Amino acid sequence: MAQPLHGLLTRALAAGGYVNYNWNWGIFWEQTPEATGTYFSTLMSGLGVTIMLALCAWTIAFVIGSFIGIIRTLPSKWPVRLGNAYIEMFRNIPLLVQLFIWFFVVPELLPQELGAWVKQLRNGPFYTAMIGLGLYMSSRVATQVSAGINSLPKGQRMAGTAIGLTTVQTYRYILLPLAYRVIFPPLTSEFLNTIKNTAVALTIGVLELTARARSMQEFSFQVFEAFTAATVIYLALSAVVTIGMRYAEQRLVIPGFNGGKA
Amino acid sequence: MPMITIDNVSKWYNPTFQVLKNCTTSVDKGEVVVVCGPSGSGKSTLIKTVNALEPVQEGTITVDGLSVTTMKKDLPKLRSRVGMVFQHFELFPHLRIVENLCLGQTKVLGRSEDSARAKAMKMLERVGLTAHAEKYPGQLSGGQQQRVAIARALVMDPICMLFDEPTSALDPEMINEVLDVMVELAKEGMTMMVVTHEMGFAKKVANRVIFMDAGEIVEDAQKDDFFGSPRSERAQQFLSKILAH
Repeated sequence: MAQPLHGLLTRALAAGGYVNYNWNWGIFWEQTPEATGTYFSTLMSGLGVTIMLALCAWTIAFVIGSFIGIIRTLPSKWPVRLGNAYIEMFRNIPLLVQLFIWFFVVPELLPQELGAWVKQLRNGPFYTAMIGLGLYMSSRVATQVSAGINSLPKGQRMAGTAIGLTTVQTYRYILLPLAYRVIFPPLTSEFLNTIKNTAVALTIGVLELTARARSMQEFSFQVFEAFTAATVIYLALSAVVTIGMRYAEQRLVIPGFNGGKA
Repeated sequence: MPMITIDNVSKWYNPTFQVLKNCTTSVDKGEVVVVCGPSGSGKSTLIKTVNALEPVQEGTITVDGLSVTTMKKDLPKLRSRVGMVFQHFELFPHLRIVENLCLGQTKVLGRSEDSARAKAMKMLERVGLTAHAEKYPGQLSGGQQQRVAIARALVMDPICMLFDEPTSALDPEMINEVLDVMVELAKEGMTMMVVTHEMGFAKKVANRVIFMDAGEIVEDAQKDDFFGSPRSERAQQFLSKILAH
């Protein structure tokens, strides 16, 4: 790291009470006291958990969110109400509270044996976080999916119906292929949100990237190195996703429709 | 036996707004009926009730002897036999032209990909658009898109065709290419119900003209009677305005 930045940080630290902060960027290559490898390797295992958690939660969010989003656009009243209620519930309770409910409250409400089984589950916190984060994000995906479908001209649904397609076929072959193209950019940012929100999982004991950075700080006292590393890794991960999604988006362009030249 | 019968049909959008008031008429096999009237008169709604795109609260509609108003399960099958052409074309923008023509054939009629494609190409030739088969709708002009939309309806081998203001969204220089296709269809004996302001088309090919105002069928007359001496004052006013320019 550049010397001027160090100087600046050191002065700022001094002002905050950290008088003798010892910079040590070599810390990443030192062994952890747990003797499980270097700090770098524990950060990488944290990154692995973060990616896994984000992918699993996103899968749940995408599947359930799409379902809820679709039923909110059906012609009948009850599916719409059900979908709206679902969204209001999962969107309006803070993610942290939802995770705590899934982790601490729900197992207590289950029949005793089932609850005990859940509590002893290997990787229990991971599964809990996956479900909690997945459902939370599904409400946001659902809003996007409904908005995408509603943004299409009414005549598209009619045209599908008029050639004899059933409601399911109309969604499958016409409305959804169009709607997902329309909402691709906002869905990308919801996926990025999912990645960032995985950090909340540390509160229920998932050893993802932020948790690893925190434990590094606690063992080594190199707080700035630890969180600089976490910051850089999160930014790099988001950059990879953003670039990948932009590439995918270009492949989905149709001439004369979603920004494609006629 | 009439191909389409509309018997005493009423429709409300909400308890207070009635869009169709006791509409009764019929279309015989091979007949071309033009529906006209001022905007908001319910003519588009009426034509959409024929294949149940718009539900009705009262009255019955039958197509080819089958009741559209009471049918539930077989409605998609019936709709596939009634061709529909919309004001704004409504081609599927993510599908190539030929795919637009194949979707209904394969998914609704269960035709094989090959035979659907062959039929699609034959129909594109008929409307003079073979060269555009692999393009997307957004790459075609309005007139071309509407001809594709007509072809998309025709590949389903419809027993009758509904046109909902097929030329209203077109630039003036493109209207005739679409009307030509429709005149051709009429001459071949296709049963047609056409909502349009194109009185030239009506004079040329219509057998009957229905005039609607405020949700009611005000006049239902043979073409020559309608253009020669419309009975109602409202139809007279409408004609004088629309034929003046």
